[in-house]
Amino acid sequence: MTNKKAQKSVDIAPAKNGGSGFYSDIVKEHFFHPKNFMEDDKAYKADGQGMVGSPACGDVMRVWIKVDKKSERVKDLKWKTFGCASAIAATSMMSVMVTEGEGMTLEEARKLRPQDITERLHGLPTRKIHCSVLGDKALRSAINDYYRKQGETDKIEIESGRIIDKVLKITDHDIEEAVLEGATNLEEVQSKTKVGTGDETCIPEVEQLIRFYREKFFGAE
Amino acid sequence: MSKGKKEKKIIKAKTGNRSIAKKNKLTSNKSVRFVYMDHAATTPVDARVMKAMLPYFDKYYANPSSLHAPGQVAGAAVFNSRNSIAEILNAHADEMVFVSGGTASDNLAVVGTVNSSAVEIKKLFGADALPHVITSAIEHPAVLEPLIKLERKGKIELTQLKPEKNGVLRVKDVVDAINERTVLISIMYANNEVGSVQPIAEIGKAIIKYRKSKNIAYPYFHTDACQAAGFFDLNFEKLHVDLMTLNGGKIYGPKGIGLLFVRRGVKIEPMIYGGGQERRLRSGTENVPGIVGLAKALELAQAKREKESDRLIKLRDRLIDGLLKIEKSRLNGDAKKRLPNNVNISFMDIEGEAAMLYLDAKGIYCSTGSACASRALDPSHVILALGLSYEAAHGSLRFTLGQSTTKKDVDYVIKELPDVVRKLRAISPVSLDMKQF
Repeated sequence: MTNKKAQKSVDIAPAKNGGSGFYSDIVKEHFFHPKNFMEDDKAYKADGQGMVGSPACGDVMRVWIKVDKKSERVKDLKWKTFGCASAIAATSMMSVMVTEGEGMTLEEARKLRPQDITERLHGLPTRKIHCSVLGDKALRSAINDYYRKQGETDKIEIESGRIIDKVLKITDHDIEEAVLEGATNLEEVQSKTKVGTGDETCIPEVEQLIRFYREKFFGAE
Repeated sequence: MSKGKKEKKIIKAKTGNRSIAKKNKLTSNKSVRFVYMDHAATTPVDARVMKAMLPYFDKYYANPSSLHAPGQVAGAAVFNSRNSIAEILNAHADEMVFVSGGTASDNLAVVGTVNSSAVEIKKLFGADALPHVITSAIEHPAVLEPLIKLERKGKIELTQLKPEKNGVLRVKDVVDAINERTVLISIMYANNEVGSVQPIAEIGKAIIKYRKSKNIAYPYFHTDACQAAGFFDLNFEKLHVDLMTLNGGKIYGPKGIGLLFVRRGVKIEPMIYGGGQERRLRSGTENVPGIVGLAKALELAQAKREKESDRLIKLRDRLIDGLLKIEKSRLNGDAKKRLPNNVNISFMDIEGEAAMLYLDAKGIYCSTGSACASRALDPSHVILALGLSYEAAHGSLRFTLGQSTTKKDVDYVIKELPDVVRKLRAISPVSLDMKQF
């Protein structure tokens, strides 16, 4: 994993595909030939599983993990995704990133950010970024599930920050990050996070938070 | 080897431009077919149309407003085109207003009539009275967006009528929505997404009856006939419309040219000011090649509309029957009251953009009502307005057939789509009950 500074500087705008609507070759590879997707969940003995999203808002991601209890490394990750090309490719890439080499530790896996996945995919078209932001949440949910099953409830981490969109599990931190990355209004924050498409009732609060963070970081308008 | 050659030939014959298939970055397989099923988005330009247009780019290029001889040649081309379209609409040449496309025409129709009527409404009903406009919830954005904008600005009161579940409006609902301040009713002839055909003539008749009973000129009746123009009668007297929108890009004519039919006596304000062309309703030098192309395209489309409709209805129904054999699927829109070229089907548990791109790789080009394929984050407003679920909208695919479509193409789609649906369902964590659909 890269250090925190480097992570912050990752540009999730589609610098590498010139902003066109087209997907990079890596996105296409993962979309047309998805890696590690769950073929038979009944026969699979998962140590933890998590799900996020709803079919009504257009994205559902489900993640199953197997964990080596001694090293706390992810030995296997399987997934299923209902969503567009970006969503499928992002979950597929996530499964590769988490399990490659000796596998990420649960600690590392928890820190995986959508930006890291987007970067490995060589960028996504700007209006597709929001489709890639749910896989990591499903993964964190699966990690919590693992700790719950192990009886290590002290290690369960509720999504850092306060959950604003209950369906998509989007927190105030996600909105803060979107504003820091340049979003100035609801539409732009939605294009980065999808907030409010699963749970419309949270939109007024989202708008309030956008104003709050804009004032905090960029001064009053 | 010979097979590859043959398939290449097919591509060439159908598109006349193989490079489209070649350039498509998502197409990895070089010998895929080229099955274009997105004619509602736009059609190719007919070779005869292109031929008619060509001289007006470099030979007869003068400004039709100029009084000199070359100007008069260009002027005559515009004059003849105007007459030819007027004849098809059974209208007068001076009722044809050329604009820059379907959207420009729709915008002019709704904004132009609202603006011209506002003063009159205030005079009759007081300074706070607003003109009232009726439209459908499944209208094209070119009509809905300007109306919603006018509503938000406090310039009109807007009623958006919901169609029945089959996508067809009830005439009675339209009539019941009329009040004394209603200045405009805008209902599309046929829907671009789900293909449902509206009872335009009956609505028009009911509106005229209302106007007669109240002895007033309002409400005007506008219809967007862009999708219908290749298949149905455009005689304005039979349709009882006051305004009608047509464009080139949906009927094998050029893009960037549209027409607004404005019946004599209709009060309408321009949106673009300048040299006063098109009866002052649309200033700007006329797009002569475009106008010539639109007239030629409309003439060709109308001449063969009945024969072509019959042919496409057979192919359409074959495609519908074939695709509905796929489990957990449903047809959106009415089975009979629909455009001869429109197939719109939702597949449960999968997302339309992913399906569309898998088809794209197989050389099948269609579109979807999924949110992910739109600029906004919202799925198709049309499918939602039919009372269907978000899931149905996300999983919808639209295939629109056209002149190049053959039975072979249809069978190719029927053969390939089940595999795409199966693959995407295999990686989908969703398995909804049909009832939720």
